[in-house]
Order: sequence, then C-alpha cells, then structure tokens
Amino acid sequence: MFLNNDVTAKTAMLERHIVQPADPEHPTILSTEDLHVYYGKKEAIAEGDLRFASNQITALIGPSGSGKSTFLRSLNRMNDRIATVTGKIMYRGIDINQPDIDVYEMRRRVGMVFQRPNPFAKSIYDNIAFALRLRGVTDKHELDEIVETSLKQAALWNQVKDELNKSALALSGGQAQRLCIARAIAVKPDILLLDEPASALDPVSTSQLEDTLLELKQQYSIIIVTHNMQQAGRISEYTAFFNQGRVLEYDTTSHIFTNPQVQITSDYVSGNFG
Amino acid sequence: MKSTEQLEQQLKRHSKAAKLEIWGKVVSFSALLLIVAVVVAIIGFVASKGLATFFTNHVSLWDFLSGKSWNPGVTDAHGKPEVGALPMIVGSFLITILSAIIATPFAIGTAVFMNEISPNKGAKILQPVTELLVGIPSVVYGFIGLSVVVPVTRTLFGGSGFGILSGTCVLFVMILPTVTSMSVDALRSVPRYYREASLALGATQWQTIYKVILRAATPGLMTAVVFGMARAFGEALAVQMVIGNAALMPGSLVDPASTLTSVLTTGIGNTVMGSLQNNALWSLALVLLLMSLIFNLIIRLIGRKGRLQ
Amino acid sequence: MMNPKTQNKVAIGSLYGIAGLVVLILMALLGYILVSGVPQLSWHFLTAPAKAFLEGGGVGVQLYNSFYLLILAMLISFPIALGAAIYLYEYAKDNWVTTTIRTAIEILSSLPSVVVGLFGFLFFVVRLNLGFSILSGAFALTFFNLPLLTRSIEDSLRTIDTTQREGGLALGLSRWETITRVILPAAVPSILTGVILSAGRVFGEAAALIYTAGQSAPALDFTDWNPFNISSPLNPMRPAETLAVHIWKINSEGIMPDAKAISSGSSAVLVLAILLFNFAARYLGKRLYKRLTSA
Repeated sequence: MFLNNDVTAKTAMLERHIVQPADPEHPTILSTEDLHVYYGKKEAIAEGDLRFASNQITALIGPSGSGKSTFLRSLNRMNDRIATVTGKIMYRGIDINQPDIDVYEMRRRVGMVFQRPNPFAKSIYDNIAFALRLRGVTDKHELDEIVETSLKQAALWNQVKDELNKSALALSGGQAQRLCIARAIAVKPDILLLDEPASALDPVSTSQLEDTLLELKQQYSIIIVTHNMQQAGRISEYTAFFNQGRVLEYDTTSHIFTNPQVQITSDYVSGNFG
Repeated sequence: MKSTEQLEQQLKRHSKAAKLEIWGKVVSFSALLLIVAVVVAIIGFVASKGLATFFTNHVSLWDFLSGKSWNPGVTDAHGKPEVGALPMIVGSFLITILSAIIATPFAIGTAVFMNEISPNKGAKILQPVTELLVGIPSVVYGFIGLSVVVPVTRTLFGGSGFGILSGTCVLFVMILPTVTSMSVDALRSVPRYYREASLALGATQWQTIYKVILRAATPGLMTAVVFGMARAFGEALAVQMVIGNAALMPGSLVDPASTLTSVLTTGIGNTVMGSLQNNALWSLALVLLLMSLIFNLIIRLIGRKGRLQ
Repeated sequence: MMNPKTQNKVAIGSLYGIAGLVVLILMALLGYILVSGVPQLSWHFLTAPAKAFLEGGGVGVQLYNSFYLLILAMLISFPIALGAAIYLYEYAKDNWVTTTIRTAIEILSSLPSVVVGLFGFLFFVVRLNLGFSILSGAFALTFFNLPLLTRSIEDSLRTIDTTQREGGLALGLSRWETITRVILPAAVPSILTGVILSAGRVFGEAAALIYTAGQSAPALDFTDWNPFNISSPLNPMRPAETLAVHIWKINSEGIMPDAKAISSGSSAVLVLAILLFNFAARYLGKRLYKRLTSA
C-alpha cells in the first residue's frame, strides 16, 4: 500500500498509530496513550501514541517544529512548567503523568541528555558525584566507583582519569556531552532520553557518541531525538516520524527507511524536505 | 524484577527533593514578602504621620501647599499656625529642574561622544570615570560645594554664596555621571543597522546621530533624565549643605533658600514627636514620598510608550 | 543655512567640546578630592578619635563605625535579597502578583534615602525604642540596600544559562536543590561583584543614618570586645556616627576649627574606599570566574 495523499495518510495512521514492538525479548517499558501537549491554547502534540521497547534505541525524527522534542521532554515531565500535558504516560505499568507522582523520583528513572552539552561549573568528578551525594551516597569508595564506571560507560574515562578535579567547563564539546551522559547514567536510570545530543558536535565526536549509545543500550532503554537521518539509520531499532505535532509513522527503522507507508516520510528520509 | 505496586509506592512517596522544593519556595517567598512589607510600612508610616497635620491639627491642605511662611511653632494674625510649605516646594522643584536642564545636554552630548564618535576614548577614559563618580557619596559632593562652589558664587554674585545657584551647581555635577551612564545604555540599545542604514543613504554622521539615533533612543534618554531629576529631588545632605536653609520664598538664585529635604534634615531632630511642628515636617516627607512615586510613574509611562513604538 | 558637511563638522566639534568639558569637570572633582584630601591622611588621622572643639583630631571611631555598620547591614540584607531574587527569577510566575511585587521593589529603590532614614527613625529609634544605635542604622541601611542588591542578584542569576537548570532537574533534583547546588555556585563571581559594588554605595550613605545611627561617636575601648559593654566596639546599641555623617556634621555645625581639613581627609578616605571596592569587585569577580572555569 502506497499512499501519496496527506489526508488519506492521516486516516491510515489513525487506525494504526500504536506500534507494539513485536519482540518478546524487549517488552514495552514506556508508552504514551492519547498524549496531547498544549502551549497555552496552542496544541503542540495532537496525537502521540507510542510504545517503546526496553533495551533498544528508538529514534524520533521529523522536520523542525514537528513536535519531536516537545514529545520527548514530556516523557519525563520536563515540560511541566512550560506546557500542559494531558493523556497517559505509562512507565512499567504506572501512569507517571499524574499529579501525585513525585517527579524527582521519576526523573531519576527517566534521565535526560540535552542538545547543548550543559556540564555544571564544577569539577568533572563533582559533576557526576554531587547528585549522588544529595541522595545520600556519601561513601567515598562508592562514589569513586560510580564515577569511574559512569565515565567508562560514557567512554570518557581514559581521557579524564588524571584530571578529575579539573573544571568541567574546560572540556571540549564532545567530551562535555559525554560527561553529561556519564552524569545521567550515574544515578542509574531505567530510560535515557536524548534530545539531539550530537547536534552541537563535530563528526568525529558524533560517531564516538553513537558507539557509546550502542554500548549503553545493553543496560538502558534509549529514546533519541535526531535530525540526522543517517544517525537514526545507524543506531536505532525503531523510528517514529513526526510531522506537525502528529506521529505519522512508527515502525522498525529498516522499515521506515526502505518501505515508508506515507509519502511525507519517504520524502523526509530521502532528504527531499526538512 | 520489582513488582508494579512496589514501584508505584516508590514513585508516589514524597521524596526529600519534593520536601526541599516546598521549603525553598517558602523561604524565598518570605524574603520577598519581607521587602514588600517594608515598602508598605514605609508608605503607611510616613503617610499616617504626614496626614496628621491635616486631620489632627486641622491645617488646611491649601494653606500648606500655598502658604509662603514656614514657622510651625508660631501662629499668624488669624490664629492659624504658619505651615506654608510653598517656599520649600518651590526650592525643591527649582533646583531639580535647573540642574536637569543644565545636566541634560552635557550628559547626552557626552553619551553620544562615548558611543558614536569616539568609542575608544569613551571606553578608556569616560566610562571608568563616570562609573566611579556615580558611586561617590553625596556628602562628598556637598562638602566640595561648600568649599568650592559657595565661595565662588559669593565672589561672583556677592551675598553669602548659599542659595539655589550653589545647590543647582552641586546637583548638576552630582547627577551628571548617573544621567550620562544611563544615556549611554539608552544609545547602546539602538541597533547597529540603524546607523549603517542611515550612513549608507548618504547622511552625515551628525544627521545620523540627530535624526536617527537620538530619535530611536528618546524613551531611554528621557528615562535617564527623569531618573536624574528624581535623584536631585530626593537628595538631602548635599543640598542642605549649600542652600542656606532659609525657609523663605527665594527672591533670587543667590539668596539663601531651602528645599523639602533640607528642612527635614535640619528640623526633625529639633522637634517633639507628635507636636504640630513635627507633624508638619512629616507632611513635607509625605510630599517627598509622593513626588518619588510620581517620578516612578513617569519612568514607567515612558518605558511603556517606548515599548509600544 | 549651512550645508550638511559644515553642519556636521560644527556639530561633531561641539560634541568634542562637551565631552572634553565633562571630562574636565569630573577630573577636577576627583582631583580636588584627592589633592586636598590625601595630604591629610596619616596613621594618626585614620586611628585617633575625633576632637570636637580642638584641632588635630582623627576619624578612627567613625571609620570603624562605617565598616561595622556596613558589615551588619550586608549581613542582614544579603540573605533577604538572595531569597527575594531567587523567588523572583526562579519561581515567580508572570502574573499580576509578581508585577505588583516588582513595582513595590522599584518604589523602594527610588525612595529618597532621607525618607528611608526618617522611617527608620520613626520605627526603630522611636517605636521599637532602639534609640540612635548601630542596630537602627543597620536596619535603615538594609532597607536602602535591599532593592539594589535584589536586582543585582537577579541579574546574576539571569547570566546562568537555563540549560544548567534543566541539567539539574533531569538528574531528579528539585528546583531548590538545582538553584542552591548548581546555579548559585556558578553565579558566585557575578553575585560577589554586585555585593561589593552595593557595599560601596552603603559605605558612603549618610542621609539614611543621621536619624538612625545618630550623629555622635562615643569613645570606644578597642580592648573590650564584650558586645554588652557600652564602650565595646561590638556593642550594637550604641550611637555610631559614620565617616559620611561626620563630614556632614562638622560642616553644618561649624565648631571644629579644622573641620575643612578633616572633611577633606574624610572625603578622600571615602572616595579611596569606594575606588577600592570597585577594583576589588572587578578583580575578585574575574579571579573567581577563572577558578571556576579552569583547573
């Protein structure tokens, strides 16, 4: 079935906008139901029903302004003060989009890395250790160990192990972003959300970052927003295509890239627009 | 694997972070409320004291605003206390307006020079000097007025040298750095391309400055001047030291005169709380407070108009 | 009618003239303060007590009072201003309550300091019966200082990128923890600069003090540091004339024979202190920022 008309495309999607990753080895860890996001009265996400598989990488793609970042930031309620989010966000069977959910506790399980590297004005060590200290990890050995494993997982350990007390603001862009990843995984989240994490990086750092993500999916479920088609193709198992606040298509990445059901998706992934 | 109930329990318990968040909000909001309370208290106290002259001592507002003789301890031929504040009101307005009239061209001229003509020299010499002088205590201005301006005035115009003229000179120098540095900020906010567009059209530098930049910066420049006036109006000690402190209608610019602030500073310590003499002084303070609110309002209006443009 | 080119030359020439004149005035002012004041400065002048009717007194007590009042006022106003700035910048929603509060703060900052001083007199000296005292003065200076300091701290918070806040939140920290553990440490250099600059303003303030901290400087016994003793420098209940008030006082009373020399010296001390504050603010701000961003 090949649809080249936008209206028919939408009707088609209404019937099948939820994709259950059909892989019993990677059960659903997070899903959204009837998710709507409003900035004031303006609707930014009209329809976003997705299921995310555990220990896999899911890419959210789409032209700028399509709502993919808004969607991602809603998943760990980073949009709480900025936007109104309605609908359900089910995390391991619990709706975390409820007022009685402790967002701080939830965000430790659903971590996030941002577009621009944002290391804190602290030492490399403290960037990772300070949030742990605030949550009661005070044992020096334990902290040292977590810092080391996190940095190793983020593939930064070898470059900084001798200068852990140096200010993190002196790191290069690629290193800084790795530090942010190390910082996020140090609190041992379940899910890692990444909002265009490589968009401020050079090609070499980007490719290193991708390798790191492929390693990390052994332990974490990863959802990544990217504007880079090749990147989505290289690292993700699943891809969702966003356009104008709607999920137009959601499938395995290979399917989306080789056999898109919607014309816009086809145009987008082949680089005709966006 | 953890059961769903267990996880739900963990996600719904009130974490330490959530408690800290409430604590932080309460603490920081209390600090803010404290400041608001101070503002309310100041206005409330000064108003209640200042209005006592009219409500407790039954002085008519008109007599207060238009009377020319200030001598609250004494009653006039009709048995009314002499609480005419006009000399002080006139004195305050006169020195404020005069000093602003003199300071404005100097301040704006200097700001234009610093920003448009010679940014290098401006940044190297004028900027640090004005910034430093903004911070010089007003008593220092008063003292220099007393030891330099007053003798010069005395030599040139005779008399004591104390008066509106000396007060104006001191305030002129005092508000000059403030108005200048605020004018620089106003000019700086004019976008670069305004200049380039005008110069590209063949306008001379002066035409660009006069017709484009000054026009575009007008709200900001007006704010700077009004701000300077507010400072001049409220200045107490520097003026009190050079104006002569005679609560009389000023006959000329070189006669001793007085302002609201100068009478307040000299008088409040010499009167008994609750007496008419004392209440009348608080009425002067109330006028001062109201004027500062009015200046504030003007600055807001200018700002709003500037945004609308 | 002049042609545009001549007009341009004349106008630019006059601007040079105006700027030159202003530099001249400002330099003359600064020069006068330093030239007439610096020769008065000596160890004796800076440490000896004042003499009311005789020549050769110093300003030791006044100088000490100025610093003591400054420190007390900063200790009271800093936490309040910090809290207020945090609420305004980090928590406050954009609604009419916030607008009203901001207006109130603006009003406080535009009040003439003599009005603030008179309120301090009415409330602390008379109503709370604190008398002319360091404490009354410190409160008056606090009120005078709060709006400026609040605004300056708010500006410092503004310089810290929002991505830093998001970084903290994404780790599961509350906003309060993010502010106190991430934002404030990063803003320290800029906050410190603001604090020192406002200290300069407080140091030279006189009008708010003449009816709160008073106009007399009882002799102090610098060996007695028990704050409950009347001659102890630490006693917060004693009247305390500051350096700025001293200049005003001796010039309006006119009974001190060397009032002019003492005033010149005191003016120079005030100006030099403020210069020092300015340089310290810049230097420390830069130093701290460097330490934060490098090793």
